[in-house]
Amino acid sequence: MSVVEQHLKPYSREWLLSDRPTSRKQARIGRAYVIWQRFAENRLALFGLMIIIGLLFVAAFADVLAPHNPLQGDLRYARLLPPGSDGYLLGTDDQGRDILSRLIHGSRLTLLVVVLVAVIAAPVGLIVGTVSGYAGGWVDAVLMRITDIFLAFPKLVLALALVAALGPGIENAILAIAITSWPPYARIARAETMTFRNSEFISAVQLMGASPFRIVLRHVMPLCLSSLIVRVTLDMAGIILTAAGLGFLGLGAQPPLPEWGAMIASGRRFILDQWWVAAMPGAAILIVSLGFNLLGDGLRDALDPKEAGQ
Amino acid sequence: MTPLLTVDDLRVSFPTRTGKVEAVRGVSFTLGRERLAIVGESGSGKSQTGRAIMGLTSPSAEIRAKKLAFGETDLLTMSARQRRDLRGKRLAMILQDPKYSLNPVMTIGRQIIETLKTHESVGRSEARARVLSMLEAVQIRDPERVFDLYPHEVSGGMGQRAMIAMMLICGPELLIADEPTSALDVTVQLEVLSILDKLVADRGMGLIFISHDLRLVSTFCDRVLVMYAGRVVEELSSANLHEAQHPYTQGLLNCLPQIGADRHPLPVLERKPEWAL
Amino acid sequence: MTTTALSVRDMLVVYEDFAALNRVSLDVQHQESFGIVGESGSGKSTLLRAISGLSAFQEGSLTVDSRNFNGRKRDREFYRTVQMVFQDPYGSLHPRQTVDRLLLEPLAIHGFDNVDARIARALDEVGLGSGFRFRYSHQLSGGQRQRIAIARALIVEPKILLLDEPTSALDASIQAEILNLLEQARRDRSLTFVMVSHDLGVISHMCERLAVMKSGEIVEILPADALEKRQFSADYTRQLLVASEGFRRD
Repeated sequence: MSVVEQHLKPYSREWLLSDRPTSRKQARIGRAYVIWQRFAENRLALFGLMIIIGLLFVAAFADVLAPHNPLQGDLRYARLLPPGSDGYLLGTDDQGRDILSRLIHGSRLTLLVVVLVAVIAAPVGLIVGTVSGYAGGWVDAVLMRITDIFLAFPKLVLALALVAALGPGIENAILAIAITSWPPYARIARAETMTFRNSEFISAVQLMGASPFRIVLRHVMPLCLSSLIVRVTLDMAGIILTAAGLGFLGLGAQPPLPEWGAMIASGRRFILDQWWVAAMPGAAILIVSLGFNLLGDGLRDALDPKEAGQ
Repeated sequence: MTPLLTVDDLRVSFPTRTGKVEAVRGVSFTLGRERLAIVGESGSGKSQTGRAIMGLTSPSAEIRAKKLAFGETDLLTMSARQRRDLRGKRLAMILQDPKYSLNPVMTIGRQIIETLKTHESVGRSEARARVLSMLEAVQIRDPERVFDLYPHEVSGGMGQRAMIAMMLICGPELLIADEPTSALDVTVQLEVLSILDKLVADRGMGLIFISHDLRLVSTFCDRVLVMYAGRVVEELSSANLHEAQHPYTQGLLNCLPQIGADRHPLPVLERKPEWAL
Repeated sequence: MTTTALSVRDMLVVYEDFAALNRVSLDVQHQESFGIVGESGSGKSTLLRAISGLSAFQEGSLTVDSRNFNGRKRDREFYRTVQMVFQDPYGSLHPRQTVDRLLLEPLAIHGFDNVDARIARALDEVGLGSGFRFRYSHQLSGGQRQRIAIARALIVEPKILLLDEPTSALDASIQAEILNLLEQARRDRSLTFVMVSHDLGVISHMCERLAVMKSGEIVEILPADALEKRQFSADYTRQLLVASEGFRRD
């Protein structure tokens, strides 16, 4: 096993794929590169990634991209114009507002919902799951029964109840969705933790004298992270739909906010004659949901722990 | 007389992300009704050789050979269906761990009957009688009881005996045993080996015994092929093992700690790149 | 000076209603290499796990370096004294950590300084060198992994090393390298070994004394050279010895 001193050009393909990295940075970047390679082999996943990047771009530059004011319309001359009308690419709604501009600004709300739910629900699920799985015994029993209580309710019904109690509004909708979406993450994290708990590499850390806190945080959690990321990404579509559903029922974002679900709700009245008012936000939800699903599928293949050893 | 098995220039390669990897690179041997051992370390291609003969190589792999024949039949041009018919009936294989090769939800007796019925049409009572006598032949003391047990209810040694019974029920002409005793305790190992030894001798089967343990196979087999990096580096008769010429074979023989031999440090195998050429 | 490094008295480990370890007693002297040999289910691994605190023992006592321990509670000081190497080199290294992280962890837990130099020295000691420092475990062969596991155990400078079948998952030629490495480390660091194996040859090569275990009990304790001279009393020891000599056609 002679170690041939190799001087590879940093960031070259060989440097990235080298199986004898010479620095912490190279090891980390090399690993990321291998994951990226696996991900990039999947065309559909790349397409999904493009959709999400597009969404981010649109949300970031909404003010520049939107041709009209999303909140105030031209009630006199521009009510319910069909798509392709002069200056209104996707048509206008019953308030004379440009649907394209509303969709562009609505992407911010969608992104806000998705990001906040992920930021709240995923860590809660991860902590509850790993602690419960690692500790076992009564801690596990208590935490899992709480999880079961949340799981017992249909997601939308529970979110509805919470929003009804907290009052309508986008913040409360986000909170409600977050509260209803952590239990599956806890279940996944727990199941994975259980498979590692008795493995020798965890025993080895125990034998170093590491505290349970340290073991969970530094050794168990990183292992659960990849499957959690995949699951959260795949759930994003569902979260968007739940948010839209709450918006549709009038319990999420309130008018005149250009939330996609609320837009569909208001377009419902003209669905037969002016189909585009409801169909355009519907299409936006469809495309973004599809994007997250494709991305999640690609991530699952790239991050699959079973393949990571190859 | 045609030999039982002819292998000429067998090559097995697997496609991977980084290109084709050849696990077996030109293995040739012939086998009569004798006990042949294939010995090597992990990754030497010994198991892949056995699997290729059985037709159990994974579908993505590519198998090439100048000749791969079982008696008069050419194994290379056979259809998958014909191969299946051959397996179990005339060719059989025992794997390392009975835990993984026995079906966990079927009783041992039923599994052996299944195997028998796949290849022969026999009546129910006759099948049962034959399975019981087979279980007896592998020295299971209470065959009636073991017949109705599930694999998880028996010990590793008992499971491996059941596996041998299942593999030999149709009276194959060639048996390939891939590390059949490595998962067993040392004292049980010897029992299983002596059962296998007796059956092979009584029924006049050919045996290919794949193992990493040179010492063990040299006491069990007539002839030893030593494999390294996909090739046969040396062929020896077991009796002349101490006359091994190849440094790899010598290294394998010497590196084992022995009771009573005071060798500190143990001689270590120096791998030379030219062995793999 | 021979003092007791590790002493086990009447240790009892019961799983449900089955005694995995039935009142086992043994003493290991400082700088001695003590072997435990037995087949699966003999309780040899259970004994190591109970000593290390990975599983609890219900009755009996454990004394390490004249300090007493109970159940499965061990303090940090204990793990400075006692370290363990596991059987499966594929399972004992964290799959998502580089060698660097693996070796850093024990140093961080015990608050060592000068970590870079220590990691470099540990890698040198197990014959790997700095080229391996930033590899992930899947970029290593079985023997290299076991070297890393040994480096990880030695890096906190323990006095006692528990070895649970450290070479039984490895090829014979790699086994020889690892055994040599362990012997070298023991000489250099004046370590005490407690080594478990099913292989009588390995135990007699590595150890000065050995205990033969069967169904949770110690059958007999004897010096390693007694095997060669056939000076043992238990029939089971003879069976193991015969089995280790290989197959014989009668």
